[in-house]
Amino acid sequence: MSVAIVKKSGPFAHGFSSVQKTMFLVLLALMPATVSNLYLFGWPAILLFTVTVGACVAVEAACLALAGKPVMATLADCSAILTGWLLAMSLPPWAPWWIGVLAAIFAIALAKHAFGGLGQNVFNPAMVGRTVMLISFPVSMTIWVAPHPLFSAGAPGLLEAFAITFGGNVPDTMSAASALGYVKTELSRGIPVTQSMAQVPDLMDMALGYRAGSLGETSALLILAGGLFLMAKRIISWHIPASMMGSLFLIAALFHAIDPAHFTSGTFHLMSGATFLGAFFIATDYVTSPVSKSGQIIFGIGVGLLTWSIRNFAGYPEGVAFAVLLMNSLTPIIDQYTRPRAFGRTRKGEPLPLEGKP
Amino acid sequence: MKLFPIRGGIHPEYRKELTSEKVIVALPMPAALYIPLQQHIGAPAEVLVKEGDLVKKGQMIARNQGAVSASQHAPTSGRIASVTEVIAPHPSGLPQTTIILEPDGKDEWACLPEPIADPFTATLHEINDRVAQSGIVGMGGAAFPSAIKLNLGEQKKLDTLLLNGAECEPYLTCDDRVMREYPGEVIDGARIMAHALGTPRVVIGIEQNKPQAIETITKAASAFPEIEVVTVPVQYPMGSERHLVQAITGRETPARKLAADLGIVVHNVATARAVHHAVRFGRPLIARVVTVSGGAIREPNNVLTPIGARVADLVEFCGGFSARPESVVNGGPMMGQPLASLEAPVVKGTSGILALTAEEINDRPANACIRCGSCITVCPCGLSPVDMAAFIRKDNLDVAARLGVMDCFSCGSCSYVCPSHIPLVHYFNYAKGVLRELEDDRRKSERIKTLAEVRTIRIEKAAEAKRAALAARKPAAGAAPSGAAPSGNVPSGNTGEIKATTEEKVNA
Repeated sequence: MSVAIVKKSGPFAHGFSSVQKTMFLVLLALMPATVSNLYLFGWPAILLFTVTVGACVAVEAACLALAGKPVMATLADCSAILTGWLLAMSLPPWAPWWIGVLAAIFAIALAKHAFGGLGQNVFNPAMVGRTVMLISFPVSMTIWVAPHPLFSAGAPGLLEAFAITFGGNVPDTMSAASALGYVKTELSRGIPVTQSMAQVPDLMDMALGYRAGSLGETSALLILAGGLFLMAKRIISWHIPASMMGSLFLIAALFHAIDPAHFTSGTFHLMSGATFLGAFFIATDYVTSPVSKSGQIIFGIGVGLLTWSIRNFAGYPEGVAFAVLLMNSLTPIIDQYTRPRAFGRTRKGEPLPLEGKP
Repeated sequence: MKLFPIRGGIHPEYRKELTSEKVIVALPMPAALYIPLQQHIGAPAEVLVKEGDLVKKGQMIARNQGAVSASQHAPTSGRIASVTEVIAPHPSGLPQTTIILEPDGKDEWACLPEPIADPFTATLHEINDRVAQSGIVGMGGAAFPSAIKLNLGEQKKLDTLLLNGAECEPYLTCDDRVMREYPGEVIDGARIMAHALGTPRVVIGIEQNKPQAIETITKAASAFPEIEVVTVPVQYPMGSERHLVQAITGRETPARKLAADLGIVVHNVATARAVHHAVRFGRPLIARVVTVSGGAIREPNNVLTPIGARVADLVEFCGGFSARPESVVNGGPMMGQPLASLEAPVVKGTSGILALTAEEINDRPANACIRCGSCITVCPCGLSPVDMAAFIRKDNLDVAARLGVMDCFSCGSCSYVCPSHIPLVHYFNYAKGVLRELEDDRRKSERIKTLAEVRTIRIEKAAEAKRAALAARKPAAGAAPSGAAPSGNVPSGNTGEIKATTEEKVNA
């Protein structure tokens, strides 16, 4: 009696992880910070978020259809939703709809599918989308508003929100600068950090998200909670977040100690901008970060140091996106030089010498 | 005892509870036994019987031949029905030469070799001959002839016999049951092997998930101070020889070396018991305990099976299938081989027969790799499965070889964790097969080249000698023999011609 045609070798046991499950857990981890920030920034943010995620899914579907790949089955892996989600979180919450749509096209069509789809892209799609927008439309991409919680006095209602998102008229009185941008502008006017820091929100407000910034840049604590959840679920490991935030904090603290008039403190760097979102959700992207643990530490340190350098010396107040993209380009090289040592072999691949004999 | 960490590994669902409390039961003698000549690594045994011969239980029916081989014995008394081609317990389902024995139901023992009265005063050769004569092979699955491994003491300085009772494969409980039900036999066998190897120390490594086995073995070993029972953590693939050695001694076996080069020889617990039987009673290896389990088996059990019983007999004895098995596996689910047919016989290396349902296997169509790096984290060999697979997919096997694909022992950890369900081990097995073939071809052509060169030289020399002799004879008529032309006088063009013709011949 023949049982079955033997098609494949072992193992005849497989774990229960899947790409879909992994992506779903990441979305779940983003949920608290997202909900909280959508509440803080109100209807315009909700509209932009919906438009961006929807555009990403639509572009993904179009690309898959063009490439002749199974559309529904591939969409089910949730990777396009995750890209759209992260992208929306990196945009100014009251940005007009076309920012979200254009960013989605760049993120999914250019950064992901031009390279061959899921798993093949060199650069983090969401960060490509955001960066292209930032460079192309610097004004629209840097209009920040202070939080206007849903249903609070002065917060835009749904109709006003439609005017903001689809009509593109952000009331001037509502805009505010992000902390990083404010400090940088003041510094360029000759006002030392020690003075300008008095004007930025205190650390507690920054941690809870009650400040101007993109959706994901604010509320560090909820992002942290999501990140810890992912670690507990073993979706990500500590290597990239710890090395990135550690190196950012150390170099910032060092320069702050040397010259407090020009350099903000390590804590300020950690709490402001997209540090937390970048450390836990952007830099840890599987596809574009190194595969080995030692490679991930190098990658994280690189992102941390570059972020600090860009924030201090480059034209832009925030540098996480640029830093991640720059390190993405180094990932293949890092991977090549950080392969683990094989059992019974030296790093060079030669068999280990027998003990006692050279 | 201080243990050492091993790299990577996984914690699969073990499902050992299906059979771990089932006492070993003997399979009723089937209507026919199918005993393949090759059940081990090395050369097949040489047939000693022919159709119609009457044999007794334990009688040698095929003798080991060549350096690496093992003999086969009749598992019961009966008549040789034929020596013919029968489907092998191998994924290919190809036939191999097999002795078919029809039991007569009397189960009469042959005249066995005398027990070795005091094995601890016997010489290495006495014990080794007995082990070889008894057809014992490694019963953990690899089925390497044990006598050769026992001989290592002559070539290398050994200090430890490591008895492998880790049984890290899910489902399998045969070693667990053997340790729990026959601890004395295991310990005695281990002591005999240690004596033959000349190792002063015996360490028995058992995974933590077998507390009763640890307890009974510890109790049985308590009388012998040289034996140490070590509980090793539950971490697949702890039972891999190199990894068990590392966990217990902290030493890493260099690539292309054996654990014996570190002074450690590893044997399976069931092998130790077989050695006990051979030395103390003269009984050859004619039966083994097989775990019959899996979600598709109605009554999973640990079955003492005569070598040569068909898998179908075992399945029937265990109540048959309760569901359609997706795969029937020979061995554990991680490293076992799929069986192409239930007609294949149980051999000495068969530790389990698993009928697994699709839900248990949980295989799915492969998705794109998302470079999560889990495969690198779990690889116990420190390889990069993600990179190797990428190169193998493009048939770039040279790079895969440089990345160490030949160091992979197909433990399956990477395939197990892969969220995209990429059949990594399948890729590696393919690459290893092709690379081995290429290496064989390369060696063969090199050997042909050397042989051809040697032949050319030989013919040249012969021709030269002939000319020298001729030259010596010619002047012998006139001048003194001492004036004979040395080889230098032969026109060089001539040699070239000879060489050319030889080459032509060789190339033809």
